[in-house]
This record gives sequence, C-alpha cells and structure tokens, in this order.
Amino acid sequence: MSATGPLVSARGISKSFGGVEVLRNVDLDLMPGEVHALLGENGAGKSTFSKILAGVHKPTRGTLSLAGQPVEIPSPIAAQRLGITLIHQEPISFPDLSVAENLVIGQVGARPLGRVRWAALAQEAKRLMALLDVPIDVTKPMRGLSIADQQMVEIARALASDSRLIIMDEPTAALTPKEVETLFKIVRRLREEGRTIVFISHRLEEVRAICDRVSIFRDGDRIETAWTADLSDAEIIRRMIGRPVADYLHRGTSHVGAVALSVRDLTLPGRFEGISFDVRKGEIVGLGGLVGAGRTDVARAIFGVAPASSGTISVDGKPVTINEPSDAIALRIAFVPEDRAIAGIFRSLPVETNITAAVPEKIAPRGIIRRATEKLLASQSVEKLSIRLASVRQPIGELSGGNQQKAILARWLLSDPEILILDEPTRGIDIGVKAEFYDMIGELAASGRAILLISSELPELLALSDRILVMSEGRLTADIPRAEASQEAIMFAAVPRSGRHTVSGAAA
Amino acid sequence: MSSIARLLRAREAGILVMLVLFALVVGLIQPRFLTAETLRIVLLAVPLIMVAAMGQMMVLVARHVDLSIGSILGFSAIAAGMIFRDHPDWPLFIGFGVALLSGALLGLFNGLVVTLFKLPSIIVTLGTLSLYRGLLFILSGSKQIDPNDIPEPLIKMAQTSPIDIPWIVIIAFGVALATHVFLTYSQIGRQIYAIGSNPAAAPLRGIRVMPVTILVFTLSGALAGLAGIIYAARFGYVNPGITGVGFEFTVIAAVVIGGVSINGGVGSVAGTVLGVLFLGAVQVALPILGVSGFWQNAIYGGIILIALVIDRTVRQGGLRGLLARGGA
Repeated sequence: MSATGPLVSARGISKSFGGVEVLRNVDLDLMPGEVHALLGENGAGKSTFSKILAGVHKPTRGTLSLAGQPVEIPSPIAAQRLGITLIHQEPISFPDLSVAENLVIGQVGARPLGRVRWAALAQEAKRLMALLDVPIDVTKPMRGLSIADQQMVEIARALASDSRLIIMDEPTAALTPKEVETLFKIVRRLREEGRTIVFISHRLEEVRAICDRVSIFRDGDRIETAWTADLSDAEIIRRMIGRPVADYLHRGTSHVGAVALSVRDLTLPGRFEGISFDVRKGEIVGLGGLVGAGRTDVARAIFGVAPASSGTISVDGKPVTINEPSDAIALRIAFVPEDRAIAGIFRSLPVETNITAAVPEKIAPRGIIRRATEKLLASQSVEKLSIRLASVRQPIGELSGGNQQKAILARWLLSDPEILILDEPTRGIDIGVKAEFYDMIGELAASGRAILLISSELPELLALSDRILVMSEGRLTADIPRAEASQEAIMFAAVPRSGRHTVSGAAA
Repeated sequence: MSSIARLLRAREAGILVMLVLFALVVGLIQPRFLTAETLRIVLLAVPLIMVAAMGQMMVLVARHVDLSIGSILGFSAIAAGMIFRDHPDWPLFIGFGVALLSGALLGLFNGLVVTLFKLPSIIVTLGTLSLYRGLLFILSGSKQIDPNDIPEPLIKMAQTSPIDIPWIVIIAFGVALATHVFLTYSQIGRQIYAIGSNPAAAPLRGIRVMPVTILVFTLSGALAGLAGIIYAARFGYVNPGITGVGFEFTVIAAVVIGGVSINGGVGSVAGTVLGVLFLGAVQVALPILGVSGFWQNAIYGGIILIALVIDRTVRQGGLRGLLARGGA
C-alpha cells in the first residue's frame, strides 16, 4: 500500500429502509491498491454499504470522501463518473444486446445522440476480452452465455470504464475453481495498477487467497477491520455471527436401509453418459463435481424435467418410468432445484401457496381449496423450519433468499417424500441458516429418507455425505466412501483430464 | 458463420419467405396479382401503417405498448384538417407541423403518465385511446372535414411526385430509413433496446430510463400524427368517428408479424417494413381473391397467430424442435 491517503473515506454512514436501520454509523477507509474483503452474514449490511458506494442507495446519514474530496454519489451514473463500478452478485446484462454493446452501454462520456461506431466497438471489446484471457465471441448476444462468462463481461466492463474502485459482490459464487483462478489473476493485476477492489464473499479461503484486509459486518455495524493474516478463520466466523460455532458434526450412519433409488446407465447425449448409482434409505449421497459437470442434468433427468434418453431408474427395487415431474412426485421423489428464482418459487404468490403447491390433494381434497387447511399446513411448516416472515399471505418474493429456500424445502417436506434430491441447497445462504439446513437434512436422513445432495461446496459435501459421487464432464469419475473422502480426493476426480479412463458404473 | 448463413438465420428471413410464398400462392390462384400495378397498390396502401409502425416498434422494443395511436392519428388529422378548412390560404407545411406537434404532445402525455406514475403502458394508453378520441370529438364539434376542405396539393402527394413515386411512399420509406439509422447508430437507440431487454438493469447501468421512455412515446405520437396527415392525403376526408378507429390493431399486427418481440429488446426496422408490406399485400390480395370484406378481420387475426407460431418455431430449432417438445 502506498503512503498516500485513502481512496475512499466513509464516516458515520447510516441507512434505514422504512424505519429499519440496516447500517449504523459505519466508518471505513479503503486504500488505493488494496483488495478489501467485506464479510458478514446476509443482511449484515455489507451489500447495502457497497450499494451506497455505487450510488444505488443514498445514505440516511454520514459523509463520503473520495481521494480526500467530500463527494455525494446520488446515482449509479454519478458513481461511474467518479470511477466506481459495482459488479452485482447476479450479473446484470441486456440479453438481447451483443457482448460488445453490453460492455459500453450507459458508459460515461457517451453523448446521447453520439454515433455508435460498431467496428471500433467490436475491436475494443475484443481487446478487453483478450486482456481477461476469456474466449467469448463479442458479437454474439449475451443471452446464452454462462454465468461465469457473464461475470467476466462485467469485469471487462469495469476495465472499459477505467474504474478506480471496483466492488465485486460475491463474484465467485457461480465460478469453477479454474475461473476463480483467472479472476484472482485479474484482481491481482488490478491491485498492482493501484486500483481498489472491494471483495464480498462467503468463502473464507478465497478471502485469504486474495484480500489484504477484511472488514467484518454484523447487524448493520462494522465490527472490525484487520489485516487478513491477523485473524484466524474461527475468529472471523465468531465475529460474523457473534457467537462461537461448533464444527458441523457428522451424524452417525447407523440407519442405512434398503436401496430406495437406483439408476443404471442413465444417458442423455451431450449431457451425461452411463450414470449408475444407488441411494439407500437413510443415506445421504453427495454428488460433487465442477459446475457444468452434468450433476444438475442427472437430477433433472431423475425428476423427469428433462428425461434421459436411455438407462433405467428403479424406485424401491421396481423399474419405473418418469417422463415428467408429476410422475416423480407420484413416486414420492422431491427435487429442490438449484436456481430457485427460475425453477423453484412462484414469486408473486403468497408464502402459503408456495409451501402447499406440491400437495394439492391435502389442501383441496375435492378440488376446492380449503383456506383453513392451507393456512394451517403453511403455518406449521413456517414454525417447524423457523422461516422468518411477516405473514404467510406475504408474496414469497419479499422474503430473504435463505427463507425462500426454507419455504421450498417446506413444500417438499409436506409431500412427505421418500427420495429427496437437493441441488445446491445452501447457495447464497448465510452461515447461521446453513447450520439449520444441515441439521434438517441430517434429520431427514435419520427418519429413513434417501437423499441425493448436489453441492459445489466441498466442506458441505464432506460434512453431510455418507458417500460422495463425483462427476466430471458428464461421467461419474469416483465413488468415495466417507472414511476416505477429502477435499483433495473430490477435486482430483472432478477436474477433467484428457485421456483419463472414467470409472463409470463404479457406483453399483 | 458465413454472412449468407447469418442472413438466412436472421428473424427477417422468415418474414421475407412468408411474404414471397404468400405472393406466389395468391399469384397462382389469380395471376393478375403478380403485376406492377398490384405492387403500386400495395405501396400506396402501406405508408399509413408503416409510419406509425416505426413508432410502435420503438415502443415495443422498449417493452411498452401504445394503444392510443389510432386516436392520436384521428386527433392530428382533425387538427390539421381544421387548419386547412379554416385557413385555406395558409401554406401546407403548417398543417404538417400541427399534425406532428399535436401527435408529439399526446405521445408526450402518454410517456409522462407511464413514467411518472410507473403505470403499465397497456392500461395508460387504453385510457388515452378513449380520452384522445373524446377530445377530438370536442375539438371538431363532431363535424367531418369534407373532401373539398382538403387542399389539392395534399391530395396530390398521395398520387405523384417528381420521380413518379407518390410522396407519401417516399415519406414512409424515409421515416423507416431514419428510424433504422437512429436505432442502430445512436446511443439513445441502443439504450431503447437495453431498456426493453432488461428494464431493471438499465438504471444500474447508468441509462436514464425515464427520459428515453418519454422520448419513445413522444416519437410514437409524432409518427401517428404524421400518419394522420397521410390519412387526409390518401382518403381526402377526416371523420371524427371513423378516422383511425382500430388502427392500433393493424399497426401492432404488422409490427408483431415483423418479428418485434412483445417482451421487448428485439426488433428491427427491416423486419417491421416486411411485416407492413406483408399486411399490405394481404389487404390488397383479399379483394382480388374475391374474399368478402367481412372476412378481413378474421383473416388478419389468423395471420398474426400463424406469424407468431412460425416465429416461435424457427427460434426453437425448427419444426423438429417444436415437435420434439410437443411429443415429450
């Protein structure tokens, strides 16, 4: 870090939404050329603070100065003008416009009636993508790019506007380890150029790898700012949640019973091939692998969303045909999908309707919905899973991500499934709620359910699974018993290598 | 990908194919359809729709809709017509100015209500559809502008020009060209696409959604106003209860057939022009084929549905993709 003063000085920043104070008196200095982590549970105030820096929100009280000058940042445009770029957690883009256009649209200095010079635009976009070393065709529309690629486009956009302060809100949530490495390389280079990076992440190992300092937020207060090296993981977590954490303890595996779900040679060309494995009653089988390895496709095939073209599925030893989700539901299979925003919730409908959506026969025995039953079932679930909400009539879209996820889990628990497929059940959920989820998943298995758990978080897989299957490029590459499981073993099987012989079928 | 392959895959290609197939089929049944005279009739029929369609297309691309254009057309035509009637000595361009300006003001009002109160444009313009029609009755005292009140030079614009193509055709294609340049090569034009593609993201990316949206509605209004004066030129009268009634349906039909997405972010001038020509060809073909006028609306409706189905099919990997989905 240089001897000059801070790039950003925040003093006494407070912010209220509808009378609720979400940020209290935050003082924070960001130095030029540092990577600064903001840590905290969801709702701790770190995202609100970043959005204030980026002009999305205006602080209720407090002052900001940039390079020693007091500033106001009333809008995202003003932030851009001051050289501040916020890379949103969910990459925002214009799917119908080309990648090149996405890089520059809304950029400062462009006159409204100015001409769009397509050739120059494409050339500049190519240069930026080359800087990041990502092979993306800049003339193609954004629609269809993977989340990782969209993220790279966002970063390229920050480079295009030559920002002094780049705020990355959970940039690695959807990236593979290799993409994370690329991102870190870029972040290090940006730091060398003297830019300031604010890095928001739930993954401590990433924070350790890249961040010079950390600031920890809790319930709207900044608890502490320190050099990353000066705090242990346990110290960081304790400050984040304000209470000591026990390690997630693995439950016993004593009640494993008969085979509940058995798949043999499941194949969907281009997605996965020759997938065979069993899940027993009371067993949690982890399914690991990199993003894009085909894990979700297998789950979708079992649930009938996009059925496999060949192979067999048996439930309780009997071969079954599953062509659509209703077939799977009738067999008492439940699927909690990865992307709840698209596949999981009915956003504008009340929480109670969302919770009872999979059990029409319970709330409407003769085809007519009984409001009282619906409300009762929903309220019971809300209590059991401690879902935090104002009312069960509230649209589910108003709940926080973690509580939405709990409501979806509640929906499938109501249908009393024998086989439960969970796809990244804790993505984007804060640590406190995660622990609750782990307990619930453990209880479900203990009560004799067969659980297939897809997760990209290795500690989660290791903590919960009795066995861990690993997929790589559409094939099963490992079946690791709990006793032998380690992060290294999983990653070894997950990383694609050319010419390797897979152990497909090994699961049987 | 070669440029020819890209051309074939473009949305516009599908509409062009439909247009050519339609002309060939009608020509097979009734050979006199495939003559220069028919082309002339089609070209004369389309300027009215084309001018307003350019405005409507921009509105749809921005993920809005403007249902009030028929009433705006009527209002502007009446306003201009009253100038012609009451001040026969004033030059023609004043009538043009009044039509454009009144259209722009009514469109501006649409845009202000939609953006200031954050109301859905389909409801707002449904309201102003009725409001503007009411205003034009009040303005005109419910009196028609008669053919002998429309100046001769204006009527001539629908018939000739120095280069033997009627002025209104030149104006229509000129408007289309200008719209194309505006949408493709200006920052604002691209921002219209961005807003329609992802309205929530646009302000975060520093796009001033409100003024751009207001501008789009104002342009749509102004172009509907221009269509108003084209109406007066072509039909030689303006009637408060007839002029522009149901016009929004025809225009939206043409734009949608032209491949402009109701969901915003997608659409081109080339596609819209083809959509307008297609609708114009249908309009002209029906009487040639001896189809009763009673059938016209039903046939329009059917054509829109067919166009939407074809568009959807092409975008989802051809007929095979559609059948595979249906059969799953």
